[in-house]
Amino acid sequence: MNRLPRWLIGALVVGPVMGLVVFYAWPFVNLVVEAVGAESVRTVIGRSRTWSIVWFTTWQAVVSTLLTIVVGLVPAWVIARFDFAGRRLLLSLLTAVFVLPTVVMGAAFLALLPDSLDRTVWAVIGAHIVFNLAVVVRTVGTVWEHLPADMEDAAATLGASPLVVFREITLPLIRPAVTAAAAIIFLFTFTSFGVIRVLGAPGTRTIEVEVWRRATQLGQVDQAAVLALLQLVVLGLLAVWSARSARRHSRALELRPLARPQKPRTPRDRLIVGLVAGITASVAVSPLVALVVKSLSTPTGWTFTAWTDLGSAEIRPGITLGLDPLDALINSLQTAAWTTLLATVIGALASLGIAASGRAGRVLDAGLLLPIGTSAVTIGFGMLITFDTAPYDWRSTWWIVPVGHALVAVPFVVRSTLGVLRSVDPQLSLAAATLGATPARAWSEVVVPYLWRPLAVGAALAAAISLGEFGATSFLSRSGGETLPIAIEQLLGRTGSLLQTKGYALATILAAATIGLVMVIDRMGGVDARR
Amino acid sequence: MSAPRVTPPTRLAALAAATALIAAACAGSDDTSADTATMDPAETTAPAQSTEETITLVAYESFPSEGTRVNELLGEFAEQTGIDVEILIAGDTGTMLSKAELSAGNPEGDVMWGIDSTFLSRAIDSEIFEPYTAAGLDAVPAALTDLAPNGEATPVDLGDVCINYDIAALDRLGLEPPATLDDLTDPAYQDLLVVQNPASSSPGLAFLLATIDEFGADGWQAYWSDLVDNGVQVVDGWTAAYYERFSYAGGDRPLVVSYGSSPPFEVLFAETELDAAPTGVVESTCYRQVEFAGVLAGTDQPDEARQLVDFLLTPEFQAALPLDVFVFPANGEVELDPVFQEYAVIPETSRELDPSTIDANRETWIDEWTDLVIG
Amino acid sequence: MRGAELELSDIDVSFDDTPVLRGAELTAAASEVVALLGPSGGGKSTLLRVVAGIIAPDRGTVRIDGVDVTDTPTHRRGIGMVFQDNQLFPHRSTLDNVAFGLKMAGVGRTDRSARAAAWLARVGLDGFGPRLVTELSGGEAKRVALARTLVTEPSVVLLDEPLTGLDRELHDQLVGELTELLHETDATALLVTHDLDEAAAIADRTVLLDEIQRVR
Repeated sequence: MNRLPRWLIGALVVGPVMGLVVFYAWPFVNLVVEAVGAESVRTVIGRSRTWSIVWFTTWQAVVSTLLTIVVGLVPAWVIARFDFAGRRLLLSLLTAVFVLPTVVMGAAFLALLPDSLDRTVWAVIGAHIVFNLAVVVRTVGTVWEHLPADMEDAAATLGASPLVVFREITLPLIRPAVTAAAAIIFLFTFTSFGVIRVLGAPGTRTIEVEVWRRATQLGQVDQAAVLALLQLVVLGLLAVWSARSARRHSRALELRPLARPQKPRTPRDRLIVGLVAGITASVAVSPLVALVVKSLSTPTGWTFTAWTDLGSAEIRPGITLGLDPLDALINSLQTAAWTTLLATVIGALASLGIAASGRAGRVLDAGLLLPIGTSAVTIGFGMLITFDTAPYDWRSTWWIVPVGHALVAVPFVVRSTLGVLRSVDPQLSLAAATLGATPARAWSEVVVPYLWRPLAVGAALAAAISLGEFGATSFLSRSGGETLPIAIEQLLGRTGSLLQTKGYALATILAAATIGLVMVIDRMGGVDARR
Repeated sequence: MSAPRVTPPTRLAALAAATALIAAACAGSDDTSADTATMDPAETTAPAQSTEETITLVAYESFPSEGTRVNELLGEFAEQTGIDVEILIAGDTGTMLSKAELSAGNPEGDVMWGIDSTFLSRAIDSEIFEPYTAAGLDAVPAALTDLAPNGEATPVDLGDVCINYDIAALDRLGLEPPATLDDLTDPAYQDLLVVQNPASSSPGLAFLLATIDEFGADGWQAYWSDLVDNGVQVVDGWTAAYYERFSYAGGDRPLVVSYGSSPPFEVLFAETELDAAPTGVVESTCYRQVEFAGVLAGTDQPDEARQLVDFLLTPEFQAALPLDVFVFPANGEVELDPVFQEYAVIPETSRELDPSTIDANRETWIDEWTDLVIG
Repeated sequence: MRGAELELSDIDVSFDDTPVLRGAELTAAASEVVALLGPSGGGKSTLLRVVAGIIAPDRGTVRIDGVDVTDTPTHRRGIGMVFQDNQLFPHRSTLDNVAFGLKMAGVGRTDRSARAAAWLARVGLDGFGPRLVTELSGGEAKRVALARTLVTEPSVVLLDEPLTGLDRELHDQLVGELTELLHETDATALLVTHDLDEAAAIADRTVLLDEIQRVR
């Protein structure tokens, strides 16, 4: 067959594989080994606070998930069944909110909520809901769109009231999508870190936050490792249950070409659609608006000072917070630049290798996805405790943070490029071969030119991910080298001072940058763009 | 499928983006974010000696970073020795210590200022310091040097952590200042106290230890429960408590955990001249704290670091401490500024727990406190 | 079961400002089978859905047995509808599909299972109860759809091109079966189709969509 020569495939994948093994697998194993010291396991397991933290993490995730689904089903239905002005915009808006950095979302909610709700658990849950609406609306909405309206009408003709139709027909048929969405949302809210650090009161401790606290504030690395392992076990169980449930309930819905969503015809329909769309849009937008507003509101009144004075984080004349907001911005940009470079190169190599190697490629593909399933905190923590002795004392290097970011970004680059690579008509390569091109040459002439667009999309994604990354960076960041999210979190903690306002200003900048990148991605056709 | 057309504008945009990214990446390699010690131009008549070395002094949040006498003196140090000193603020004491522990062997700086007696045993156990006997140590009372018997760290100052109160604010509320720790649980003082988290703040930990000293290892929990019921507010660090929540600084809490030397600060920096200190100190709540500086293990400039530690003990530098850092100099030969002498509260006796007791129980106590107070 | 009288007066329906039905009028006498003929996309299915209550007309009334049901929701009109692609519920067994309408009407489990099974036998699918609907062949699915609709004895039966798209042999077989079933049950039926022969075979009367509208 006209496959690439073995050595070439090997050369392509060696980088990504080595990177995965050294910077992900090894720290992961190290973390497990570190955690399994009998003494610390006994201390942590024996402490009642550990279990109340586990309990809290679980119930807030369950409540967040349930509420997000319930709340999200309504706009999902409206978007699935109706066509209306701004439908596309609403979807983009929800997606944009979804990809915002966690600290930005936390900051926005902090800005939005009145003092009475400030930093309560319900603030956190509220932020979770808004953050994850897109998951429900897109996942469930897509399946719902494929659910023929005729089927629901058939049930109606058989005497089922709208509520009964929903219960008997719709719900069972969208259940696989709902379950899938629920699993994703539970994963995100269970491992929620940025939102809780920014928005939660000091006593709001999830497992992730406690891992971070024990490791970086109390210096109890071993105990933190046990907690991290505990979380991995819970997540592992969740993954297993989710996979089994998906297999059991997957139903081949005849995905027929769907009737285009109709414009609402009756006044009642129009009212419902308008209300739902309007409320959903405001729910998504208002935290961001509040963010901008709060960045202009200082304890002494409305002013641009927070913006103009971004070069300092002064508490009092002569006493500073030790971080420079503008420096943080520059640090973030640099880190993002290196991350993008690294992720794009590694991602491109990996995609080419995976596309060229059939079955074995799937192993690499799955392997590259692992860092996303593991929380960022686990990644950062693992790296922190692994690379701390010569000759691999890399903890304090300038490149360790971009590497950590790249671990999370590479799978997105691969997703973006692999789809396109695989859809390239193999006939084209064959045609090139008949014209005398070696397989490698045929590839570079025929396939590689298709890479540029998805690589650009992947690069933009990598940049967005890096700019907003908070979990892993919280462990690897050094004083003076803070990134934007770290700076934002520190500034926002200074309630009622100009510093907090500067925090809002920085968060606005980060939000704008992320949304800008998302728009670029959208313009280029999105992650699944195919020609 | 036709060949993809990468149109010229797209190509151009990609090129521009790539260039910008690379430029940003390169721009930072020589970026320094910490502040350099300032030099008062009036004091330098001779041309400054060109500095060949730069070392980093890691300090806690409230360390003066620019524009004060301490910074001037560091500038003079740079002139004398050719060693420039950069100040790196690393958060509050506990966080600073944790970062040092986590980066052991590859420290964030060369000298660390500010590990105090409540945290010292942890610092010694994690071996973050390189032992060094500073020149000028004989001028320091033995009571202080005994705390670091193997010379791991050098005592540089001492102070008392006490409850401070805003005299005018309490007056307005018609309240007498509290006289004892017990008073703080009195409903009359409800919602008036702000303290710091002992996990990361050294005055916070000192205050906790003061309460343990008063109520015993079995009784302090009940006391803190009462404090919680009485509306105590907890913040992370001293600067947040003193400069943001304390009523004298514009906040809403007239009772705060601070230093015995805080009142003179208020007198000195008052906008209109004051003849009496506007804040007071509850002497019976005071806890004695000694602060240390040390050479960080793993520094690649140990000689220069040692020179700086020596400098920190010199009478000139020590004399500047009271008015900039609001602590008493460790160097017993230094005379105190009259303002300081007049307004600072130096309690007759100050509480102090045995270092080994602190070492054995600190973790447990902090954990218990966290569960009890923060939840 | 005696079918009801159906009367449609002056039905106007527009989608996005495009009129689809203009002043449509139609009457069906009790137990009469009427075929509605017309080209694809002309609005026949829309008219059917107006009768079903799935689409609300911009103007006009629908009367069943003299009662104005224009504002009555679908599930209370007592009509039955067979869709072109059957719309069997894939997550229910064949028996449960057929029994669905009875369940909605509050019939007890044993009773409705029995009645559903009886109807399955009547359409020649004896014993098909436990089968998954996704495993049924085209013809079997069609019969199940019919059984599902007819088991509830609706006052009006609506059929939206039920036999369109089937292969010749199955088509002709089902034409016969459908005619028989409709007449056996005395149902009033409105059958939409574009096949003239089919209309002639099944229906008592054929009308053209063009003829029943105000504007041609």
